[in-house]
Amino acid sequence: MPGEIAFYLIALFTVAFAAAAMTLRRLVHCALCAAAAFAGLAMIYLQLDAEFVGFAQLLVYVGAIAILIVFAVLLTRGDEVAPGNKQSSPSWMAEVAVAVLVLAAMAIAILRSPSLHRLASPGAAAPVKRIGEELMTRYILPLEMVGVLLTGALLGAVVIAMRDESEPKQPERVVSHLSDPKEEVVSR
Amino acid sequence: MSTPLSHYLILSALLFSIGFAGAVARRSAIIVLIGIELMLNAANLNFIAFWRYGTHPEALTGVMFVLFSIAIAAAEAAVGLALVIAIYRQRKTAQVDRLDSLRG
Repeated sequence: MPGEIAFYLIALFTVAFAAAAMTLRRLVHCALCAAAAFAGLAMIYLQLDAEFVGFAQLLVYVGAIAILIVFAVLLTRGDEVAPGNKQSSPSWMAEVAVAVLVLAAMAIAILRSPSLHRLASPGAAAPVKRIGEELMTRYILPLEMVGVLLTGALLGAVVIAMRDESEPKQPERVVSHLSDPKEEVVSR
Repeated sequence: MSTPLSHYLILSALLFSIGFAGAVARRSAIIVLIGIELMLNAANLNFIAFWRYGTHPEALTGVMFVLFSIAIAAAEAAVGLALVIAIYRQRKTAQVDRLDSLRG
């Protein structure tokens, strides 16, 4: 029974923070609520005996992706909508209705399926030693491909976010104007 | 573990719907990305739940899939946020409904 109560508490926590992340006005609040929702999911993984995945979720989502989102919010700071402006699209009610329909379709399918009401078999566990062995033997090729993918994504993100040389650069022109007289002074 | 499998699936469906609603109804590109991440996480929760409640949990397939899925989600978030920053620098906006140059 305590496991059940813990599940419902964590589920409530996760859903509440996910809903807050999607509805709050300020982008920074949304990013922090999303981090809390990711942490709640990590707790659910721990409760499901998947310790390694839970800690990986904490490290990657709460540690890395939340920080990335906060940095993106800071770098697009001037985009903060004025208080009177709309934050959602004009037809947001229809879009939320579609989301509710999706939820209803999935919930009906889940609740009507007799095979999904089973309880867990005891003693299932994913020890880190087994995961490491599997990663180094059976899943060695996917692991290498993920390494290549992450390298490519890192380089791609840097190239995309780098300042384009062809676009007009107002601040640097100002700098070059300032530096020209100095060079003249030096040459004289 | 007295919680039935369907409760985890319902939680996952709820998170997916919340992420979907945010991704389609909000205007800020960053919120759209957070919504997509929530939807990915809901799918991951399904993988872990089915692994734990499955008949062969010792095969570790669900755990492995989620580990790779987390790595790919990290790559996707990095590239997506870099795109948002690049678009903001060019257009001075990250509101998705103002990026309509290709509109007919």
